[in-house]
Amino acid sequence: MSDKNHQSSLMIWLGLADNSFTRQKTVKFGDPSAVNSGRAYGIIMVAGLLILWWVSTNFGWIKPIYWPSYSEVGNRLVKLLSEGYRNVSLWDHISASVYRVLSGVFYGAVLGIPLGLAMGLSSIARGMFDPVVEFVRPIPPLALIPLIILWFGIDEFAKIFLLFLASLFIMIIAARSGVNGVNISKVHAAYSLGASKFQVLRTVILPNALPEIFTGLRISMGVCWGTVVAAELVAADRGIGSMIMIAKNFLQTDTVVIGISIIGLIGFGIELIMRVLERWLIPWRGTG
Amino acid sequence: MKTLTVEGVSMTFTIPGMDPIQALKDVSFRLDSGELLSILGPSGCGKTTLLNIVAGFLAPTEGKVVLEDKLVTGPSAERGMVFQQGALFEWLTVEQNVAYGPSMAGKPRRETKEIVDHLLETVGLRDFSSKPVYQLSGGMQQRVALARCLANDPEIILMDEPLGALDALTREKMQGLILKLWKETGKTIILITHSVEEALFLGERLMVMAPRPGRIMKEYGLPFAERGLVEDPREIKAASDFIEKREEILTMIWDMEEEIMGHRSETS
Ligand SMILES: Nc1ncnc2c1ncn2[C@@H]1O[C@H](COP(=O)(O)OP(=O)(O)OP(=O)(O)O)[C@@H](O)[C@H]1O
Ligand SMILES: [Mg+2]
Repeated sequence: MSDKNHQSSLMIWLGLADNSFTRQKTVKFGDPSAVNSGRAYGIIMVAGLLILWWVSTNFGWIKPIYWPSYSEVGNRLVKLLSEGYRNVSLWDHISASVYRVLSGVFYGAVLGIPLGLAMGLSSIARGMFDPVVEFVRPIPPLALIPLIILWFGIDEFAKIFLLFLASLFIMIIAARSGVNGVNISKVHAAYSLGASKFQVLRTVILPNALPEIFTGLRISMGVCWGTVVAAELVAADRGIGSMIMIAKNFLQTDTVVIGISIIGLIGFGIELIMRVLERWLIPWRGTG
Repeated sequence: MKTLTVEGVSMTFTIPGMDPIQALKDVSFRLDSGELLSILGPSGCGKTTLLNIVAGFLAPTEGKVVLEDKLVTGPSAERGMVFQQGALFEWLTVEQNVAYGPSMAGKPRRETKEIVDHLLETVGLRDFSSKPVYQLSGGMQQRVALARCLANDPEIILMDEPLGALDALTREKMQGLILKLWKETGKTIILITHSVEEALFLGERLMVMAPRPGRIMKEYGLPFAERGLVEDPREIKAASDFIEKREEILTMIWDMEEEIMGHRSETS
């Protein structure tokens, strides 16, 4: 059985053989860290789905209106990239959506972080805003769309305002729980070292709350990305959500599928970027 | 150089809906400038409460704490703290942690840097000055905590089980460091510990506390800290007079623990 210790790195990469770490373990069932990646099965699964797609569209098992073929998607993608959609380039559709999300999260953070900090630090702020926060928090942002349309119509401001609201409450709660999570020894230490109240806020409370605040930003980004697409489905002339909605009206399933894929990819990309930023900006996370 | 006076301090914690807990009853003592007092006692006898009152984090129900002629009403840079763990600022480097006090006070950069460099040299962390603190071992982190406290040049240093989270070997080394710093700086120190050996070895004076309600049970004057400055610590701890004292105090604390247990089984 000596070959057991010399598994090829390809087999390990494919998740078909134990790596040197999991090989040592005798208890594997129930130990999540001993579960191999199973990458090989992932590859088989994806390849299977792609083949199924090819077969089902090529042999006419499924009508193009329900699911487009490779060639339709390919042609459409080339067209979208070269001509855009409805006189707006694909890039402009994407950046319109991304811009709305970034603006919403930005304004939400600018107002929400100080509010959340204040709610964690002062009984006046906590008393005043707690009822509002608790009431608005469970409302899904999408439920606010009708009201916002009534107030502001359907222009750009209305959309950013909606996203601002979506991120505002997440940021308030994140900043407040960041304050609540402070180890009182750190605060005591700072006062004993002669820090003033304002210095304690700036040099202890705030940095201590940063990991939570960052988690809030990440969740905000995710929620706002979901919300912006939905808001554009309702009313917009540009943006990736509006693109798939209009495409639907013209029964262009290929555009719809491409749009949905782009939404998924960008959502994934945002999450990745936030994770990298977090590791870079808050390396002490989880060490306190 | 200032004298600390603790006068008739009692502390009762009142939590709504629960029986009030008397954590301290009529605790009084005087600590002269430059003295090192260690406090020992079974768990829950109010050591942390007493230290928090001296530090100014808690106001006593009765009595008062006075440093020279100033009534203690809150924390101040005069009374430095060293906590058991978790009180370093992990978003700052070793150097920045040590420089915290002086830079909050607005001391000039160059002066601060000199103080910090000197202290890091003293605690043996020169090479780690620009490392983030969370990359250091527990013992190194406590050395940073000591240096941070000293950088602020307090009148009195309060330590609540500063070595409590360390392994036995590191702990012995750190005891030596505390003695050395005490000698070099001449600071007044109150040190709380669970270890009888540590209390005997480091304390010039030793206060043993009893629980329910927390009070001073017995006070000793001890020769070992002075000797520890010149003699080998292992030899001191193995000497017969050290062992004798250790056993005496251990017996006393065991008796108290037993009393608590007996008391518990009676009431339940
Ligand atoms: N904030 C508080 N509220 C209520 N009771 C408290 C509080 N702090 C301490 N006590 C009680 O006061 C008593 C003394 O607690 P304290 O923490 O001072 O003990 P200690 O001697 O430091 O114990 P240990 O050696 O375990 O650290 C305990 O009975 C504890 O339950
Ligand atoms: Mg304690």
